[in-house]
Amino acid sequence: MQQLPLFPNRASTIGTGVDHLYFYLVGVSGFFSILIFTLIFVFAIKYRRRSPADRAQQIAGNVPLELAWALIPFGLEMIMFFWGASLYFRHYQAPRDAEDIYVVGKQWMWKLQHPEGPREINELHVPVGRPFRLILASEDVIHSFYVPAFRIKQDAVPGMYTTEWFQATSVGKYHLFCAEYCGTNHSRMTGWIYVMDPADYQNWLSGGAPGESMAAAGARHFSRLGCAGCHVPDNTGRGPSLVGLYGSQVRLVGGRTAFADDSYIRACIMTPSVNRVANYPPIMPTFRGVISEEELSQIVEYIKSLNQGARIQP
Amino acid sequence: MSTMPAELEIHTHEHYLNASYGIRSWLLTTDHKRIALLYLASITFMFFVGGAFAVLMRLNLLTPEGEMVSAETYNKLFTMHGLIMIFFFLIPSIPAVLGNFVIPLMIGARDVAFPKLNLLSWYLFITGSGFALYSAIAGGVDTGWTFYTPFSTAYSNTHVLSMAAGVFITGFSSILTGLNFVVTIHTMRAPGLTWYRLPLFLWSLYATSVIFILGTPVLAIALLLLGLERLFGVGIFNPSLGGDPILFQHLFWFYSHPAVYVMVLPAMGVISEVIPCFSRKRIFGYKIIAFSSMAIAIIGFLVWGHHMFVSGQSIYAGLIFSFLSYLVAIPSAIKVFNWTATLYKGTISYATPMLYAFGFIGLFTMGGLTGLFLAALAVDVHVTDTYFVVAHFHYIMVGGAVMAYLGGIHYWWPKISGRLYPEGWAKLSALVVFLGFNLTFFPQFILGYLGMPRRYHSYPAEFQVLNVMSTAGASILAVGYLMPLVYLIWSMRYGPLAPANPWQATGLEWQTPSPPPEHNFEQTPVVTRAPYAYDEMEEQRV
Repeated sequence: MQQLPLFPNRASTIGTGVDHLYFYLVGVSGFFSILIFTLIFVFAIKYRRRSPADRAQQIAGNVPLELAWALIPFGLEMIMFFWGASLYFRHYQAPRDAEDIYVVGKQWMWKLQHPEGPREINELHVPVGRPFRLILASEDVIHSFYVPAFRIKQDAVPGMYTTEWFQATSVGKYHLFCAEYCGTNHSRMTGWIYVMDPADYQNWLSGGAPGESMAAAGARHFSRLGCAGCHVPDNTGRGPSLVGLYGSQVRLVGGRTAFADDSYIRACIMTPSVNRVANYPPIMPTFRGVISEEELSQIVEYIKSLNQGARIQP
Repeated sequence: MSTMPAELEIHTHEHYLNASYGIRSWLLTTDHKRIALLYLASITFMFFVGGAFAVLMRLNLLTPEGEMVSAETYNKLFTMHGLIMIFFFLIPSIPAVLGNFVIPLMIGARDVAFPKLNLLSWYLFITGSGFALYSAIAGGVDTGWTFYTPFSTAYSNTHVLSMAAGVFITGFSSILTGLNFVVTIHTMRAPGLTWYRLPLFLWSLYATSVIFILGTPVLAIALLLLGLERLFGVGIFNPSLGGDPILFQHLFWFYSHPAVYVMVLPAMGVISEVIPCFSRKRIFGYKIIAFSSMAIAIIGFLVWGHHMFVSGQSIYAGLIFSFLSYLVAIPSAIKVFNWTATLYKGTISYATPMLYAFGFIGLFTMGGLTGLFLAALAVDVHVTDTYFVVAHFHYIMVGGAVMAYLGGIHYWWPKISGRLYPEGWAKLSALVVFLGFNLTFFPQFILGYLGMPRRYHSYPAEFQVLNVMSTAGASILAVGYLMPLVYLIWSMRYGPLAPANPWQATGLEWQTPSPPPEHNFEQTPVVTRAPYAYDEMEEQRV
């Protein structure tokens, strides 16, 4: 048997804030536990049936006292609320310079791909000190990408993209768990995050077989699936041009506008009838069931590459 | 009790247990007391079935590789454990057993408002339980008690439909029970029993009944839609059919979070009866405790999204749900402080129900305080779906609700059975349950912050020591739960006969013989004072 661990190791920028809030919570709840336990213990002994303790001047209620023990805990709670909320918003809003990594969960493995091309299964190699945004998708049921050492977790939900981000702070090997129950081998859907020295990371990147980048693979799918027939770059096709689409505002049928982020592009491909662009005929077919989540993410990455320099929040 | 009252008589009167005999007289009874006993027998059976699943799970977790059962079996074990314990034990436990037995007695009525409906509730419960047990025997269900889609509708090859049908049917038993209680409390109170003279147990059951009536139908809807999608491929939740998997989570938790309050509100009600009785004092802040039950029931409907902070729901929704979750904690905190203040200057005796009440306050306080961790958005991101959550809700639902249920069973046992239980064994069981519980579940808080996900059949080796501690605690806990089963059954035949009011308690239920006659009271009692007038009672005795 191993030694008895009491506290997890920590290797991300957001982890520090989460742990500090945790210590605050431990402090507050420890204080109130000890207060209540002590009072019960003291009263139970002092006022036991046979004790001669003074029981004169009984009180049946005391409004100021009751207000105090409602309002003081409430004040302490509001600190937890604002502190927790501000960290939570940080957890979902990746810095502008974060690099994307695409993650697809499927029963019972994690498939990851870097935009430069390298693919990994149940492993992720990242350099220390650089922010990464994970774009999560699921091929089947709900999974959850959980790295305890980073204090981050996000469900991968079929039919949509979700994101989380991290910036690793120390080199090492950390657990990756699937945290949302996903069937028989849920507890085997685990892996490792390797946080590397930047130089080691460069070696690792160049060491693998030279694969094509995600955008290049996406471009291949784009022509294979016939997308290029309508989405002509100079806007003369039957569909809108996709150059400069990513990060722009799109006018939809019915006067709505949509912000063209990863989720929007995904939705346009999978449920085009819901996201019809104004002034174009409703002729785009759905690709639901036709392409895999990985192919989809490559196409999204290709479309994003048509607007280099755009860097937006999902 | 060392102070046997002077009015102790040996009751050989006619009462609800000896009024008639034979299986028909039980299965066709409309007497709320007999129906309570039917529930008691059936949920006790379900409790030990659910407990057996838990024992097997804990044994499997002794080793990191989980060598005892296969992953498939393990997944079925935790699913069946959760489903049976929640829907077929905890939800009906205090309301359907203790509530059914004591509500009419506490308000001076002959029965509940709709006695036949009450019996129908039990038959619905039994039918639902039959479906659940069939599902277990036929091969089990592996979806987790949460039935998350699209796993439950498109990927699980187990008996999801029959299990969902069982939960669906049992839900109607809850709805009818809730309806019965609300009408009974509104219309059948004895003369002089105004709302502010109601025992707090009734306030808490009233609040619980409101949740039963308003929340359970939403669960029924969710399960029905789940069935439609699984059976006929109607695309509601599965994205490959055009559905939305997160919609299911909203519908499911809209009921299933209030369901937590269904478990804990009646428990709070029991504690509010026991503490004044064994402190010989009026309860501190009666109205605040009563209103806080109602506040919990109402705000409890608005916090379901705190189960979904990492699910992909809007982060702004997360903000609202976090805030409301902090709000709902306040009425619970008030109750804990008020119970503690009730002890101040009391005359405290350590009878078994009081020991369970002390245990309840301790464990519920820890369960409640760890809830604050889960309401803190960023901390929840780390600990949700880990053992931290498992520990938290067991502190509330087992440490809280089951402790109070056992405390209530002991408190009203003399009234129910007409016999006294062996006090020494009972005190020992309270202690064993408390110690076993903490050893089982406290290590799980640490496991959770370390990052061990829940519902794992195997786990990394560094988590083993804490898991072994937890399993050791579970075996102690099992002994603690078996003890009352043995000595309470023993006492039904061999226990000393109980007087009408063994605890010198103030409630109306203690003013009729033990066990009560079939129609509860010879004459309808008239209420002239507030509840918990223990000070007046003590003065009269001096």
